[in-house]
Amino acid sequence: MRLEPLVNPSRYRVLWVTLAAVGVAFVIAGGLFAAYGLNPLEAYRTMLTGTLFDPKGIQETLRRSIPLLLIGVGLTLAFRTQFFNIGAEGQLLVGAVFAAGVALFWPLPPVLSLPGMVLAGALGGALWCLIAAWLKSRLSVNEILTTLMLNYVAQSLVIFLINGPWKGKDARGYIYSDRFAEYQQIAVFPGTNVHWPTLLLGVLLALALQFVLNRTTVGFQMRVVGENPGAARYAGISSARVLLWIALITGGAAGLAGVGEIAGIHHRLIEPMQLSSGYGFTAIIVAWLARGNPALVLLSAPLMGLILAGGDLLKVSLNMPFRVVDVFSGVMLMCLIGSEIFLRNRVRWGR
Amino acid sequence: MEEILNALARAFSFGTPLLIACLGAIINERAGVVNLGVEGMMALGALAGFAVAFGSGLGDGNLWLALLAAMLAGALAALLHGFVTISLRANQFVSGLALTMLGLGVAGLLGKRFEGQPLFNQPPEWPFTLGAIGLAALLAFVFYATKIGLSLRSVGENPAAADLLGINVLLVRYAAVAAGGSLAGLAGAYLSLVYRPSWTDGMTGGLGWIAVALVVFVGWSPLRAVFGAVFFGLLYYLQFRLQGQGGIPSEVFASLPYILVILVLALSGLRRQQGNAPEALGRPYQRGER
Repeated sequence: MRLEPLVNPSRYRVLWVTLAAVGVAFVIAGGLFAAYGLNPLEAYRTMLTGTLFDPKGIQETLRRSIPLLLIGVGLTLAFRTQFFNIGAEGQLLVGAVFAAGVALFWPLPPVLSLPGMVLAGALGGALWCLIAAWLKSRLSVNEILTTLMLNYVAQSLVIFLINGPWKGKDARGYIYSDRFAEYQQIAVFPGTNVHWPTLLLGVLLALALQFVLNRTTVGFQMRVVGENPGAARYAGISSARVLLWIALITGGAAGLAGVGEIAGIHHRLIEPMQLSSGYGFTAIIVAWLARGNPALVLLSAPLMGLILAGGDLLKVSLNMPFRVVDVFSGVMLMCLIGSEIFLRNRVRWGR
Repeated sequence: MEEILNALARAFSFGTPLLIACLGAIINERAGVVNLGVEGMMALGALAGFAVAFGSGLGDGNLWLALLAAMLAGALAALLHGFVTISLRANQFVSGLALTMLGLGVAGLLGKRFEGQPLFNQPPEWPFTLGAIGLAALLAFVFYATKIGLSLRSVGENPAAADLLGINVLLVRYAAVAAGGSLAGLAGAYLSLVYRPSWTDGMTGGLGWIAVALVVFVGWSPLRAVFGAVFFGLLYYLQFRLQGQGGIPSEVFASLPYILVILVLALSGLRRQQGNAPEALGRPYQRGER
């Protein structure tokens, strides 16, 4: 068996290699379930019937797809330019902090309050990401390490706020902030937790960024910087400026996801673990599944949303630890990147 | 005086797992392979060690066997990373990230039954600390004074030239990755067997990531890693010691190590420390490709 280089894989090939990788991931994850002492078929049956074939499950899948969509779209762009932002978790939290700050302490007229929260949230996430981007472009500090460390710092920040200066008056024994006013909450489909304006925003962002990437000069510069930094330098493209844009977009999108979570669902600033439950990390797989195309996140985000919602079911109905989702994420990501060699090469059997 | 000695002793004890894991990461990075999965491999090592120590004698099992199991678990996990990045030539950073998720996930899943179980024979800490320092010295010797070390470094600096000289680049890289993984597993076992003999999900608490950052901070030098690890060990000690004192919120101390890692990395950047990095770090090797 040997490999022959392949310059431009067809869309068809990308599709089936990706699907094969996802399939292999499910088989491996199933093997790990078996090692835990659980029939993998039963686990998958629980995950599927409880999500796709149950109204409540569909809502849950949708609700979890929203932050994944927003963050995933931003990350797709970031990975495309080789900026490995794995701090979306922290950027989400800081976005939530900024939005909560506006909601709780800035007496804006009711009409302006929610827009103010949205803008502040995007700004918060963008700034948090900018720290890492600035360190990368100025001091060539590895962004994976800095964004990851900033996650921990953001968690501490949220806990400090809701346990200290922002602690709610009605919080007895628990730690969370005061409740937001009615007009500071994002609308939901009646009777559900699905905050549709955030969902709509995510869909629009996915389409807009696909357009930017394929049809504008900035998008072209992003692609060049990602695929061939040397050529970018020759062409006079400032990679520092491109990086700045990427950080603003990817961090801002994560911040928006944070606004959606607190203004759409919880209606107050709550503990980091309950606020996010790993969206920033799961979104990495969402972005990788989309193979660099923001619009494809519209497909990959619901898939991972399904896995998050299904993982919840495994936790509740089969009493499995919350790490199930990490197993899925890790196996899936490993299989996806491992499969890339079959995109760039064709397999020839025999001599 | 006694206070200072005590602080130093604790710093060494906290710093030991950091040092072991950091030395492991130095080995594979010197061969040109970044493995960001240290946190995940540590979790797997911690679990494997605990499971064997507990299972082989109802909480009173064979510690040697347990350490061996931990190293084996770390090495196996690392070999998965090796296969994906060396043979399949995938992105090393992303693969390491996936390995972290996978390691934490699998350890959390399979370790659930050991949660809250006691371990009765707690070994002393000092042999591990001394052993780690000895290992640092040994590595420095191997890197700079032996043929094996030269092969390892050449594979990390210029794999094409090493290949021309008849060194099996892929084999050296696989071996280095496995060695790095086994040390990460050992560092995890130190946590679950020696430092706090128990298993809890998430007990590695970001130590693996700090170990990865430490590699840059100490400029890929095993001897300097000793000082780096003790420095961060001291910081952890202070974090516990100063908690709840002087009206400073405990969250400040909780985030201190992470902020410091960022500062330290920025400082390494200012001093252009990245220049010390092995030339081919992070790049897969393929014969005939420039």
